[in-house]
Amino acid sequence: MSNLPAVQIDGLVKRYRSVTAVAGLSLRAERARVTAILGPNGAGKTTTIEVCEGYRKADGGTVRVLGLDPVADARELRTRVGVMLQAGGVPTTARAAEYLRVMAGFYAHPLDPAELLAAVGLTGSARTPYKQLSGGQQQRLALAAAVVGRPELVFLDEPTAGLDPQARHATWELIEGLRRGGTSVILATHYMEEAERLADRVVIVDHGQVVASGAPAELTGSDGQLRFRAEPGLDLAGLLAALPPGAIAKESPSGHYLVEVSDRVDPQLIASVTAWCAERGVLARDLQIESRTLEDLFLELTGRGLRA
Amino acid sequence: MTEPAVTDPAVAEPAVNEPAGNEPAVTDTATPGLLSGGWPTPAPGAAPLPRMVRGQAALELRTLARNGEQLLLTLIIPVLLLIAFGHENLVSVGTSNRIGFVVPGILALAVLSTAFTSQAIGTGFERRYGVLKRLGATPLSRRGMIAAKTLTVLTVELGQFAIVLLIGALLGWRPVASLAAAASVPLLLLAGTAAFSGLGLLLAGTLRAEATLAGANLLYLVMLGLGGVLFPLTKFPAAARPVLRLLPAGALSDGLRAVLAHSAGLPARDLLVLCAWAAVAIALAVRTFRWE
Repeated sequence: MSNLPAVQIDGLVKRYRSVTAVAGLSLRAERARVTAILGPNGAGKTTTIEVCEGYRKADGGTVRVLGLDPVADARELRTRVGVMLQAGGVPTTARAAEYLRVMAGFYAHPLDPAELLAAVGLTGSARTPYKQLSGGQQQRLALAAAVVGRPELVFLDEPTAGLDPQARHATWELIEGLRRGGTSVILATHYMEEAERLADRVVIVDHGQVVASGAPAELTGSDGQLRFRAEPGLDLAGLLAALPPGAIAKESPSGHYLVEVSDRVDPQLIASVTAWCAERGVLARDLQIESRTLEDLFLELTGRGLRA
Repeated sequence: MTEPAVTDPAVAEPAVNEPAGNEPAVTDTATPGLLSGGWPTPAPGAAPLPRMVRGQAALELRTLARNGEQLLLTLIIPVLLLIAFGHENLVSVGTSNRIGFVVPGILALAVLSTAFTSQAIGTGFERRYGVLKRLGATPLSRRGMIAAKTLTVLTVELGQFAIVLLIGALLGWRPVASLAAAASVPLLLLAGTAAFSGLGLLLAGTLRAEATLAGANLLYLVMLGLGGVLFPLTKFPAAARPVLRLLPAGALSDGLRAVLAHSAGLPARDLLVLCAWAAVAIALAVRTFRWE
């Protein structure tokens, strides 16, 4: 039973009239891990999550949540799964603390609402009606409500959209805490930084299909970049001759150099670059090793940016 | 229930309940109490249904009590009409017992305002703001949601009845106190509540929230005028009377008045009309209600 994945999706298809929102999407999310579904707006993230939550019926494919059918077994899943919608869901005139207390009352072993309210930074707004909370505060109240029942699995749809950096980091810490406690997290996001930081596994979707998936390091780590500054006009052809085959060297802008290799940047590469410079009496400054980001990967796979 | 494996036993401690209400400082920054010791392990499970229903109904009651427009509709307008029409001869009610005519009408208006108008508007906006959708993902079942709404409506109505009866008594109302009245009045009020709730949820579950708001307020006024609440059905053309008595507001006010003012027995015909409205409206609402 506990060997079953948190979520297993095979060939999910979902259409809204003539529009195909999800076109044969498959993914597997392990237990007690954070799985990020990363993609631009309109990629099919919310539709996929809402099928898992039992709000929408799949037009094709199979979806299993904790080994159960999201529609047929909705009754059992409602107690075991926490949900944070992309927006709304809270009565507009309910006060933050009062709402969280009522939500806690739906569960057998809830977290203490006051303590949870403090953990999401809303103690000072405990008596504020939902509609008077800022957008970020509303998001954090919805997040607290999603986890108050101590679920095995939570679905978080864009939990930090529109949050300021401080609130975003508080939310990230909470999600990391959930994972440490053994909760499975499915996170829809279009922030690659969020996916890179939180996710054990990232599933990149576009046009309702998976375009890449894997651990963040697997997805980004295959290409390496070495940047450094030196006097303008170095002999790039000469530098390349000292580097492994397949490497690329560029100067842009003047005095800023970039060396790209298809593998990770290794000590040998750094030694080669600095030795080549040393032989010419050139001081390489601000030496930086960088890897490709998920943003770079997405651009490469789809020809578009994540925010496009 | 399966508990996923936890790698570090130190993080497996459940949340410690601290007494609420003695927060040291009011700040809006995260305090890491829950997180520093590690997040508690999953421990899913539903509360007993009665506890969920009570909690949800209490929340609905509290938010209603803070909603000025809803209070105007359910309390202030009925009370003002009761005092105005019970005290002064504003319309000829065709009987010397003016207050005996007005109180049953206001009781019908109380049911109409709470079970129909207020519930339709509230539910329409709950649907619009995703409240029902979100509740659908909690252990509270749809049946539980309906039970909570019913409990809310009945509680508000009990409050309305108490206030209306008190003010009526102060204005000199002396209803017929008979066994038939004691049996018929609760039946009529319950059947009326069921009929108006069905109609309200039918409206709220199919129309946009703004359309529900407009429609519910409009029908409130129409039923206030044509439902025998303040204007006796005998004032309408003879041809219209049988039709008006087939409307839920007309049947409810007519039945209450027959029992409380005219010592009638069980008003079977009015009760039947209300039950028919309830059956049809609830069946339609169940079929057509869209949760989002």
